[in-house]
Amino acid sequence: MTLDRTLRPGPAWVRVVAPIVVGVLILALWMLVVDVLRIAPRALPSPVAVVNEIVLHADIIGEDMAITATNALIGLAVGTIVAIVLAGLAAASRPIDGMLAPLVAAIAVIPIVAITPILNTMYGASSQFGRQSVAAIAAFVPIFVNVLRGLRQTDPVHRDLMRASAATGLQTFRALTLPAALPYLLTGLRIASSVAVIAALVAEYFGGPADGIGTAIATYAKSGRAALAFAYVAGGIAIGLALFLVTSLIERLVTRRTPV
Amino acid sequence: MSDDARIAVRAAGVGKIFPAKAGDVVALTEVDLTVSAGEFVSLIGPSGCGKSTLLRLIADLDAATSGELEVFGKSAHQARIDQDYGIAFQQAGLLPWRTVAGNIELPLELHGMSRAARAARVAELAELVGLTDFVDRHPDQLSGGMQQRVAIARALAEQPRLLLMDEPFGALDEMTREYLQSELARIAADTGAAVVFVTHSIPEAVFLSDRVVVMSPRPGRITAILPTDLGERDEALRESPAYFERVTAVREALHGAPVERANER
Repeated sequence: MTLDRTLRPGPAWVRVVAPIVVGVLILALWMLVVDVLRIAPRALPSPVAVVNEIVLHADIIGEDMAITATNALIGLAVGTIVAIVLAGLAAASRPIDGMLAPLVAAIAVIPIVAITPILNTMYGASSQFGRQSVAAIAAFVPIFVNVLRGLRQTDPVHRDLMRASAATGLQTFRALTLPAALPYLLTGLRIASSVAVIAALVAEYFGGPADGIGTAIATYAKSGRAALAFAYVAGGIAIGLALFLVTSLIERLVTRRTPV
Repeated sequence: MSDDARIAVRAAGVGKIFPAKAGDVVALTEVDLTVSAGEFVSLIGPSGCGKSTLLRLIADLDAATSGELEVFGKSAHQARIDQDYGIAFQQAGLLPWRTVAGNIELPLELHGMSRAARAARVAELAELVGLTDFVDRHPDQLSGGMQQRVAIARALAEQPRLLLMDEPFGALDEMTREYLQSELARIAADTGAAVVFVTHSIPEAVFLSDRVVVMSPRPGRITAILPTDLGERDEALRESPAYFERVTAVREALHGAPVERANER
């Protein structure tokens, strides 16, 4: 969004048409390589075949999308709530901050995928809990880091002002600390939404119940049904995109200051 | 009128020490100062003379280490809780997510005034500082001078009998500055509030004040208090010989010796 303001935006139609042109070009190149020149490896299907599979199997793709999306959303919600509470505690108290900082740093550097097989084994082959945990842990980090930074964004002059106005602690929190932190929370949420979907999806590659987008992609890729696997990839992209768009929209609505 | 109501600020032997690793820093020592109700007093001096510190003590943003400090006969702390003063800083300090109206009404909102009463008061204050057409704007859509006027309106929201101002025009260009000085002189006269005004501009201090308090650093203390006796504040005053005379007097007090080329600016 900042980019839009610093870079001079062209006419409105350019901004809409430019990405479409890129998409059409890539699609044309893809079809050229696969359908016309026939030089692509077997695992790369034609886009026509992918669309065909999407239409044919819309029902089962939809079901698996619902599973993965639910896991991602539950993980995102839990991760967000825990992150906000812990960031609030860390902002309020130095000792708690000191205890949490190394913990969060450790979580941030764990490749979440590494613990997925363990979690899946721990909670059994029929439980979605392992996948949801992975999504929650993945979503936790960006939210925690952003909210904590946001809670520390109050200007000294604003704190002086609240004190000079004889504001209570709660009033200062509501009128100053919270609004100052809100844009940071929403930025964290936007980042975490994509991360949660990726985590929930990748977690499916490492066992657990035989459903979800990730499981289907792995299965169909191995059994040579590349077009169907790609159709599922499109489903995964759709989930991530939907969440990203929703969180971006919320971020824009809440942080909008100047209706240009 | 009782004593408490006639004296806005009374400081006796006030000192402030900031503890530091390399030894304590004496920011302010033995300050005796009385500001009457309705009086306009400027604090002037070089950096480190403690003028802002003194203002912060009066506002109870910091606590004095020694001496007695009373605001309208109460402790500074009680005066802050009772909202006996309004304050404006060098940075306007507006909340960027609130509109001009939202910023002006912030103190009223914090003190539980009803929405309707707030709206009426905001309209009044916006009129007073000449921002009626801008109440729905956000701070980032305003010039620095306009932001500072919003901050002044906010400081006046609770109709305080004392206005504390910490270099409110310090970051503004000369034109805007002179304009706002005249506005402030008018507002102070209209509201009858006492003003304690921190500045490091000599002409500004002389133009605005009934008395100019000259301060000096290391340790921060009051070295002279000069009455101006200039009567009404209008643009003609800026060109008058009496005004230049006072400017010279303050400059000499600041430098501790007669300045030879006094008309040099």
